[in-house]
Amino acid sequence: MARKRRDFFDLRDGPPHTLSAAFRGSRNALSLVGLPSSAMKPAPFKYIAANSLEQALALKAQYGDEAKFLAGGQSLIPAMNFRLARPAILIDINGIEALCGVRTSEATTRVGPLTRYRTLQRDAAFAGLFPLIDEALPHIAHPQIRNRGTIGGNLSHADPASELPAIAVALRARFHVQSATRARSIEAADFFVSALTTDLEPDEMLTEIELPLQSPRTGSCFMEVARRRGDFAIVGVAAQMTLDDHDACRDIRLTFCGVGETPVDASPAASMLIGQPPTGNTFRDVAASVQTMIEPAGSVHATADYQRHIAGVLTERALRTAHQRAHDGR
Amino acid sequence: MDDDRHDVTLMVNGVSYTRRVESRMLLSDFIRHDLALAGTHVGCEHGVCGACTILLDGEPVRSCLMLAVQANNHAISTVEGLAGKDGAYHPLQQAMHDHHGLQCGYCTPGILMTMSAFLDEHSSPSENEVREALSGNLCRCTGYQNIVDAVLSAAARMRG
Repeated sequence: MARKRRDFFDLRDGPPHTLSAAFRGSRNALSLVGLPSSAMKPAPFKYIAANSLEQALALKAQYGDEAKFLAGGQSLIPAMNFRLARPAILIDINGIEALCGVRTSEATTRVGPLTRYRTLQRDAAFAGLFPLIDEALPHIAHPQIRNRGTIGGNLSHADPASELPAIAVALRARFHVQSATRARSIEAADFFVSALTTDLEPDEMLTEIELPLQSPRTGSCFMEVARRRGDFAIVGVAAQMTLDDHDACRDIRLTFCGVGETPVDASPAASMLIGQPPTGNTFRDVAASVQTMIEPAGSVHATADYQRHIAGVLTERALRTAHQRAHDGR
Repeated sequence: MDDDRHDVTLMVNGVSYTRRVESRMLLSDFIRHDLALAGTHVGCEHGVCGACTILLDGEPVRSCLMLAVQANNHAISTVEGLAGKDGAYHPLQQAMHDHHGLQCGYCTPGILMTMSAFLDEHSSPSENEVREALSGNLCRCTGYQNIVDAVLSAAARMRG
């Protein structure tokens, strides 16, 4: 470098409080200043924009754990900005149209992994089919994140405080997974192995989320407690109840986020509801049973005891609401 | 590896730019340093504060959570493009001015981008809807009340 140029991030002469202060004395350099590599947030990587699923899977087969798929990037990029994640290769799948969108047939709905939260929020037909998802979407982060974040990225990230993994388990979703050489499908409950860890092999991608359509007389409810709207849940609950023609509970699903290493399936604790018309007393019994079953870790924001208490309160409220909705046919 | 560079062509506020960028350059840094459009502010750089919100093909997104190379062949709007060609304030800018919707002003560009897109979609929002739409933008000065007032007033003005 022939000429000493004042660097925007060079703090030796005192911090530049405004951009004009930073560039004072070097106005002609303004438009030419490139960021020095020290100012880059993420560690270096090689970026490849994949044009097709086949190409993306071939690249992942070639690079394995060295490579990460980039979908919405709303969890991956922050981790890279902190350099908690330092993938050598970034395979951008945002250009692969085939991975986007919702397809509904007679028995199931199939959601492409690149479908963004906002797309689902705008899809009235989808909201009608899966009111549980529709009710949870506004709780997922903030509008800007929902414009960008994807369903498949969320599920593959497997954050235990995230809403969608718990909902996928509640809805008995099936995840279709592909590598360059094989395809398989996994029950949602078996997909989440531990915090931020899934059953995906290094060469695999979650390529489709299959949601079974609901039976008639099914009601659902999603609720969560967070410190602020859009923050991670201290506890979140997803409940879905199906009634038979005599108003007895035929099927009950009850799952939680934020209270374990993975989404927690508490449906067994709620199975006492099956075969009889649900009442407030039985909801209380289920709540007590949930409280003994879960093992929340607690955090600086909420002790384990507080999480357990909230889980009980939310269980009762969510079951009551889901029951009411099943009864009213909503 | 240090030198993984790509050519990008994108529209920013209706102007086409072509640049060669390193793959790990964040879109927020690209807008500020390569394009010298410093109206887009950078706060937390991990997607929490909302100061860096821009419009990507008309939708508010966090520019610190995108790579510049991902914006290739997309259209971006920043706060510099909000005012009219004659320099007249956007109704939301005018309302923020009238209602004292900013103090230090650091969060303001992100709030203007988020809420101007919101108003394009919701002409008669309730106060609750405004607060929900605003939830992804942190402001440490105002307590939000004056921002909410400004958005509601801008909505009324834009309805005519």
